[in-house]
Amino acid sequence: HELWEAVLPLIVLLCGGGQLKDDFQEELVIRPLHSGDIYASFHFRTLWETDFMKGNKVSHYRLFPKSLGQVISKFSVRELHISFTQGYWRTMQWGQPYLPSPPGAELWVWFQDTVTDVDATWKELTNVLSGIFCASLNFIDSTNTVQPSASFKPLGIANVTDHRFLRYATLPREIVCTENLTPWKKLLPCGSKAGLAVLLKSEKLFHSSFHSQAVHIRPMCQDSQCKTPSWELRQTLNVVFDLHTSGQGKQEWSLFKMFSRTLTEACPLASSSKIYIDITDNPQVGEQFELIPATPLLRQAVVLGDRRTFSVYDLTQQVTFGTVRSLNLLIRWKSTEGHMLRPLLHAERYVAGYGLQTGEIHTLMYNNHPFRSFSVLLLDSVPWYLRLYIHTLTVTSKGKDNKPSYIHYQPSKDRIRPHLLEMLVQLPPHSVTEVTVQFERALLKWTEYTPDPNHGFYVGSSVISALVPSTVAMDTNNTQERTLFSSL
Amino acid sequence: MATAEVERRRGQLAALSIAAVVIVVGVPLWWRTTETYRAWLPVSQIRELAKLQLQLSADVEVVLARGTVTPEQQKKVPLTQTREEEHAVDEDTTLRYKYETRYRTATVMEEDALNKPTAAEADLSLHTLSESPCGSLVLYVIPQSYPLLPENVSVYVGQRRTALLRVGAQAGVGRTLEQLLAHLEPHIKQALRVMSFSHTDITAALSDRVRFNPGSKESVADSMRAFKSSPGYEITFSLLNPDPKSHQLRWDIEGGVQTYIQPLLTKLSSLANFSIDSQTLYYAVLGVNPRFDNSRGAYTLNADSLAHVINPVEARLGSNAASSNPVLNFLLYVPDAHHSPLYIQDHRKQEVPSNAFHSPRWGGIMVYNVDSFYGPEAAFPVDININMAKVMGVFLAQLRLLLGVPSSPPPPGFLVAPRGSAGIADWELDRLMWSRSVENIATATTTITSLAQLLDQIGNIVINDNIAEQVSSAVNSLQLAVAELEAGNLKFALEFSKEAILASEKAFFDPSLLHLLYFPDDQKFAIYIPLFLPMCVPILLSLLKIASEARQRRRERQTKKD
Repeated sequence: HELWEAVLPLIVLLCGGGQLKDDFQEELVIRPLHSGDIYASFHFRTLWETDFMKGNKVSHYRLFPKSLGQVISKFSVRELHISFTQGYWRTMQWGQPYLPSPPGAELWVWFQDTVTDVDATWKELTNVLSGIFCASLNFIDSTNTVQPSASFKPLGIANVTDHRFLRYATLPREIVCTENLTPWKKLLPCGSKAGLAVLLKSEKLFHSSFHSQAVHIRPMCQDSQCKTPSWELRQTLNVVFDLHTSGQGKQEWSLFKMFSRTLTEACPLASSSKIYIDITDNPQVGEQFELIPATPLLRQAVVLGDRRTFSVYDLTQQVTFGTVRSLNLLIRWKSTEGHMLRPLLHAERYVAGYGLQTGEIHTLMYNNHPFRSFSVLLLDSVPWYLRLYIHTLTVTSKGKDNKPSYIHYQPSKDRIRPHLLEMLVQLPPHSVTEVTVQFERALLKWTEYTPDPNHGFYVGSSVISALVPSTVAMDTNNTQERTLFSSL
Repeated sequence: MATAEVERRRGQLAALSIAAVVIVVGVPLWWRTTETYRAWLPVSQIRELAKLQLQLSADVEVVLARGTVTPEQQKKVPLTQTREEEHAVDEDTTLRYKYETRYRTATVMEEDALNKPTAAEADLSLHTLSESPCGSLVLYVIPQSYPLLPENVSVYVGQRRTALLRVGAQAGVGRTLEQLLAHLEPHIKQALRVMSFSHTDITAALSDRVRFNPGSKESVADSMRAFKSSPGYEITFSLLNPDPKSHQLRWDIEGGVQTYIQPLLTKLSSLANFSIDSQTLYYAVLGVNPRFDNSRGAYTLNADSLAHVINPVEARLGSNAASSNPVLNFLLYVPDAHHSPLYIQDHRKQEVPSNAFHSPRWGGIMVYNVDSFYGPEAAFPVDININMAKVMGVFLAQLRLLLGVPSSPPPPGFLVAPRGSAGIADWELDRLMWSRSVENIATATTTITSLAQLLDQIGNIVINDNIAEQVSSAVNSLQLAVAELEAGNLKFALEFSKEAILASEKAFFDPSLLHLLYFPDDQKFAIYIPLFLPMCVPILLSLLKIASEARQRRRERQTKKD
């Protein structure tokens, strides 16, 4: 169970040439990973100049999906983040994901400050979302919902940071499959009929090492003065293909091999439709891999505090598709050498002890920065049936006791609410920090066992939020249009 | 020997006391803890309601204008008359219609109004004179000589709750009042049938409860078309653009709704709450491939294939996430460039002039051809502004049908005033309110009686206090609604019937009723036998033993006596 979240300073930019009130952009980022896997990340963004705040009734939709718009208006949602993930993200082998997400389903919502009964609204909201996404979100109730006190800062414009309006829940058992993908695709203006979304064939997407699809809704500013509010719906889909096993040992991949489709057109509604290929590890053309067809367009971007170089394919230009009127990107690997920088921050978690009655949760956080220490915010939500002995909580780094500068602990109540533990821990440079806490299993009534209890019990992921020192200074007066994937 | 006797005695006492504890403490405790909580329900009142006896009363005022009655006759009026009809629809349902008719002569101001040059003006000024309450009617009887009505028209039905009735030449002055009234009678009856509740309307409203006789096929079709009565409706306008590469569509839906739909909905706001939204769906296609008609140079959709059009589109429409009210869908379909123009054909292979059709209890679809925008050399994508007046006119007509606004053509000799900006006349609204009240009452009684029946049949369902409360309030509102209908207060009757339906649905669909404490007998035994048998066997056996010993002792005593 590992996950991390990088809170990067957000820069609000002028978006060029917006006469229309809504705008749709699509993007596919492909990053060859050092393990030989391929990381493909789809980003679809609908930006709509409208205001859902303060009971404003919005009823006429164009690009923004009506079902989500109704959810925002009815439940007075300020920000909504939902993700469905299958598989674990292997930070040690793959580096940082563009958007982290825990296994299973995760939902966190900021409500507007006009909501009086947040818990009732949250309950209703989860039921409605469960219908929209065909997922078991209706199993979110008070026993797995927490109200974090410091983590999960709003990602959009927000003047309210009263954590009473925040709810967070995970369903680690949730299995993600085609029935979740279909409604997700339906939210796109072009559906899966045109543009990048034609690649989203479920039989290929779910034949992968990691699959994560998410929906993020947040209010944004259109301009620097923030006069006109706008709402952003961002749909992302991240998938890691294991091409070693499926490629019969050949080091080669193409769009067709990954998705069993090629691209023939951009979504006609999209103002921008681009494919980015991360070629940072391929400084001289053809040193490590060869890209066919080659593109003259290059783009530098700062992603997760790291300067990367991308080859860009613009699907709105006819020339991209060449004479065959179809784009089938192909990468042929020359060598498998090269090493990856260890990620600056990563974490892992396991349960120690034997037997079913008692145990100990270990959370290890690695700071690989050679000389800088930084603090991370650790959030743990543990179900009530694991009774934490909070007096056994220890935080050690480099063999010494590391006293957290902030601890927020809310004990559980049987069958009512889970444990919530939040800590601000300082990670010394080049160190491993270990957090341990012992627990005892509570006796469950026979109806409280989950189906298939032989799987064991799932405990949601910890969430680590950190301000990671970046190697690249953030360019704050950036007037260039930014790539989608680097801006959340 | 004595110790053995004492021991035996003690054993007996122990067995008896254990048995006593089990019976005195154990059995009541077990009974109390396994009992299901069942709150009290007004069963007898529900049973009364199950026999639906509705009486609908309407106040009718017949105003005799100058020139229709002689001065001597005038002295006899005002007089009142009550007309009653009774229909036994089936063994559980009886309907009684009561019209309280009051005759009076016109006042001076009314005379002035009736002397206006046109019927429409007269209608308006009569309306401003006095506003008649919901459900009532005013009929003005005017003599042949008045120039208000065209030659062949005998009854003019206004926009409000008034009608003008012209007496024929043969019913002129010089006859008795009784003769005049007898002459008026059929006209009044006919006018009432048009402007107030009619038996066909009401039986159609009861269609859920009462099986139809096959004779009234037309009204069955009518009643199937309209949506069921509901406290709210969601109206969704969807623009389907299957070809965004060729067409860039713009529709001013906000303005269209404001101008054309909102006035009607404001008028109907007493019936239900309406909410409107719209969306644009791209790459949404109809489920049928249109056929190319060479003779017309156009694609056609046959009436037979229209049934297959909706299903694939519906998957894209998406359900309403925010409420559970029924959704009325209105789809504007702009055919793609390769299937353009597209026309809908009716059963006689004729083009439908509106190029639209509706689906009962679902919504309407209109095909909007844009091939005229292509111009000489088509440069795609074409920018198209949709003519909202054309579209909304069609959708408004469909909306009226789907909401059940009565639409039967007027009988001969009737002239119906054109509907104003609201798109619905007051009397049409009244007719709708009559049938909606009856429908609500029928639905709520059915819900409540079936809930009561269900709770009665399955004794294991827990009845919480809040359910009992909902049921009581539903029953209460129902009784009030029936009483108000009887009194002729249409507005209140509708209000109470809506409350009844809300409360009854709330009770019926309450999730706490689902937590059924249903234990089949075999499961009961499976749990009780291992629990109670080991405990009961020694107690029973020792009780039997004590009993048999006591019997033996008595027998010994008897033999001793003998």
